Amino acid sequence: MKRIILSLMLIATLGNLFAQSIVLNTKVSEMSFYSLPYAYEALEPTIDKLTVEIHYSKHHKAYFDNFLKASTGTDITSKSLLEVFANMTKYSDAIRNNAGGYYNHVIYWEILKPGNKSNISVELKNAIEKDFGSMDELKKQITDAAMKRFGSGWAWLSINADGKLFISSTPNQDNPLMDLSSQKGFPILGVDVWEHAYYLKYQNRRAEYVNIFWDAINWAVVSEYYSKSRTN
Amino acid sequence: MIHELPKLPYATDALKDVISSQTFDFHYGKHHQAYVNNLNNLIVGTPFENATLETIIKESEGGIFNNGAQVWNHTFYFESFSPNPKSVPSGRLLRLIELDYGSLSEFKEKFNKAALTLFGSGWAWLSLNNQGHLEISQESNAGNPLRKGLKPLLTCDVWEHAYYLDYQNRRADYLQKFWEILDWKVVEERLG
Ligand SMILES: [Fe+2]
Ligand SMILES: [Fe+2]
Repeated sequence: MKRIILSLMLIATLGNLFAQSIVLNTKVSEMSFYSLPYAYEALEPTIDKLTVEIHYSKHHKAYFDNFLKASTGTDITSKSLLEVFANMTKYSDAIRNNAGGYYNHVIYWEILKPGNKSNISVELKNAIEKDFGSMDELKKQITDAAMKRFGSGWAWLSINADGKLFISSTPNQDNPLMDLSSQKGFPILGVDVWEHAYYLKYQNRRAEYVNIFWDAINWAVVSEYYSKSRTN
Repeated sequence: MIHELPKLPYATDALKDVISSQTFDFHYGKHHQAYVNNLNNLIVGTPFENATLETIIKESEGGIFNNGAQVWNHTFYFESFSPNPKSVPSGRLLRLIELDYGSLSEFKEKFNKAALTLFGSGWAWLSLNNQGHLEISQESNAGNPLRKGLKPLLTCDVWEHAYYLDYQNRRADYLQKFWEILDWKVVEERLG
């Protein structure tokens, strides 16, 4: 029995690793659109079914399609997203906006995955306590970053080159992997604060959305991203 | 100087074929009001405490600029609509549109393209420049052409909050319908 549970856990772990690794490391010419690993209604009541449906099947899909369209016939098709982000300044706004839009939403959907959400790893818990003092302080800082973003963008929790966790915010579809980001690192948690992420249910109440979003984060997934970014 | 939310020149359900009263309740009642409130709070004890919105737009930065410009932009946007709009421009405005864009429909197409391709939150603008020509521009977030010495004539809000309840991701549909409530008389008066 124990062995079965262990191997199930391993499969679950690989599943999570896959989504991020595949999206970041696959050659652009071989990429296919991320498939949402749960039903549109699976995030109710935090995020309503219609919002998930439009956000995933319209917005996220459009970023993917527009990214492929913009990369057709360029050297990007032989590169991975990780390489594109690392050389972002060399590419057009169409590539920057849509490559970012595609990848950022993968993280977003992954960290909201239903399941045993509170299962945070000891190493991530310790790192949060070391770098922020407490979970409450982390929440406070990420909420602050999300609320201060004027217009469209994201709030992130990332790990920097020294292995330290940090909070940042990027405009539009930029992310901390891009060479043009003022604070660079490997993102392990992202909060979409484009109005399309919350307007149908929360309208102008971004604070309410961010607060409820926090309670819906799957810490098992974030923990796996953390451990993966540490080993890379 | 206390800034105030201006009254709308129509009822919030008067334009419902294009913009629902629910959108007005949030866009005007919450967002526009919040920009007014934030601005009034932020300017206390600053050089902008008694400044006009135009001065704030031209000279301030950060939160004061963002909120001040958003107060001005939204007033300018809401005031250009009417339930009984003048549906085509005439006189000097029409001559300028034909001179700079060929025809009204070509102008609308260019304006809508600017509004559609603005990535993220912001505004599409039609302004008069110093050479007496019309200019279409895109401004991110709270951006306003006054800052570049242009004279704004018309704007369209393409923050998602402007159309999400009514059109969701279909910004292009919102932009098509926008012209049905635009009162060209207002734009003509702005041109002078
Ligand atoms: Fe989004
Ligand atoms: Fe607006």
